[in-house]
Amino acid sequence: MSAIISDAEPSVFTRHPLSLKLNGQARELQVLPWTTLLDLLREQLDLVGTKKGCDHGQCGACTVLLNGKRVNACLTLAVMCDGAELTTIEGLAEGDELHPMQQAFIKNDAFQCGYCTPGQICSAVGLANEGRAQTTEQIKELMSGNLCRCGAYSNIRDAIEEALPACQARAAQGGGQ
Amino acid sequence: MNPFQYSKPDSVDNAVHLAGSATRFIAGGTNLLDLMKENLTRPEHLIDITGLPLREVTETASGGVMIGALVSNADLAWHPLIEQRYPLLSQAILAGASPQLRNMASTGGNLLQRTRCYYFYDANVPCNKREPGSGCPAKDGLNRIHAILGASAQCVATHPSDMCVALAALQAVVHVQGRNGQRTIEFADFHRLPGDTPERDNQLADDELITAIELPAAGFAEHSNYLKIRDRASYAFALVSVAAALEITDGVIGQARLALGGVAHKPWRDTEVENSLIGKTPNAETFAAAADALLQHAQPLEHNAFKVTLARRAIIRALSDAAQGGQA
Repeated sequence: MSAIISDAEPSVFTRHPLSLKLNGQARELQVLPWTTLLDLLREQLDLVGTKKGCDHGQCGACTVLLNGKRVNACLTLAVMCDGAELTTIEGLAEGDELHPMQQAFIKNDAFQCGYCTPGQICSAVGLANEGRAQTTEQIKELMSGNLCRCGAYSNIRDAIEEALPACQARAAQGGGQ
Repeated sequence: MNPFQYSKPDSVDNAVHLAGSATRFIAGGTNLLDLMKENLTRPEHLIDITGLPLREVTETASGGVMIGALVSNADLAWHPLIEQRYPLLSQAILAGASPQLRNMASTGGNLLQRTRCYYFYDANVPCNKREPGSGCPAKDGLNRIHAILGASAQCVATHPSDMCVALAALQAVVHVQGRNGQRTIEFADFHRLPGDTPERDNQLADDELITAIELPAAGFAEHSNYLKIRDRASYAFALVSVAAALEITDGVIGQARLALGGVAHKPWRDTEVENSLIGKTPNAETFAAAADALLQHAQPLEHNAFKVTLARRAIIRALSDAAQGGQA
């Protein structure tokens, strides 16, 4: 049994410890069990780059990289991420140097309003980490979890196609982001 | 979401001892948290099972494969053993959800998805599945996505999973553990038809945890196909889906499996129809006869009669593509 459940009669309002490596930085936090990873980021840590769209896992605006894999932060309980490595859109650039996927989105004008963009970029980096998209069709299929209501899809696809080789090279070198 | 207690046990024994009618196990959480946000499920206690040692994919002594319940949908679909020996399963998993959700969702949890019936998902209207005895607005309402086979007067909901349709066709076995020990459940018996108790989706008791899914040796890798028909090109639930698997020797069907998604409260199989294919030549005529036999008892609702025609065509196409040895 873990320490958590050996506590006698814990209240539901007991905060649980949460250790995260968040955008490269170790963080020791306390969270209520029902706090989603998305709400933790936006409401408690002021990392508002990750967006709340539908809050039901249907739009992909909240996509972040959990241990290098893209997930919907809105359907993830923060308490379940103890010990994880988490990268949000704020953690992709290295200093002033943008991530190749971020640069490709700018170069290809891959957004209009920009609300879905952090999720699109994190998802595309996750796509590169997976190494399963070789063709344009596969990119389209494997980006279907990210909606863009402005309809910038063709430019998003172009940006990803352009940045994929550089991102996959980074992933192969163990960068993972 | 309602407030709940949270525990993270480190063994299956401890997990099932914590379990009861007011608890829920959580792994990927992709469906459960959504249901909790909609106030459709209000557990008092979530038991986080992600610390349990259920993440292996291993070959069994009988030539099959054992899949730990916590293996993610993405890892399973792209596992070399599954891609090579059970391409039907890989194809079905990749036809479902989004890449993000497939990274999160577990193998065991996929079996426990609730229906996406609009009325089940709307806490403001009656639903026999949510509140037994309250009524079924879907039966005479907007029922375009609902069942055409095996429904009851109490419930016309469909099972949403793609993975389960392939697991049904492959005759997987579900391994579960409860406080009284372990047992196995044949996939065909795992999910239920609604009957008079639509609130129960499957045969699991409150304290039982899925620990593994076992695939038998026969993977039908040479002749299988998963065909999914939906309202948009990707990331949508099936209107109709078909898992087709054939064993063909010297131009004759030796074994046939056929399971349908999107048409019933569980993945739909008709072993009589499957058996009728044995010994036949795999051609359009044979497959059309099988489709007609499978659908002869279909009972469409006001808005989903199209599903009968769609299912007929999908069955013929899926079987034809499977016979030609390909994933279309």
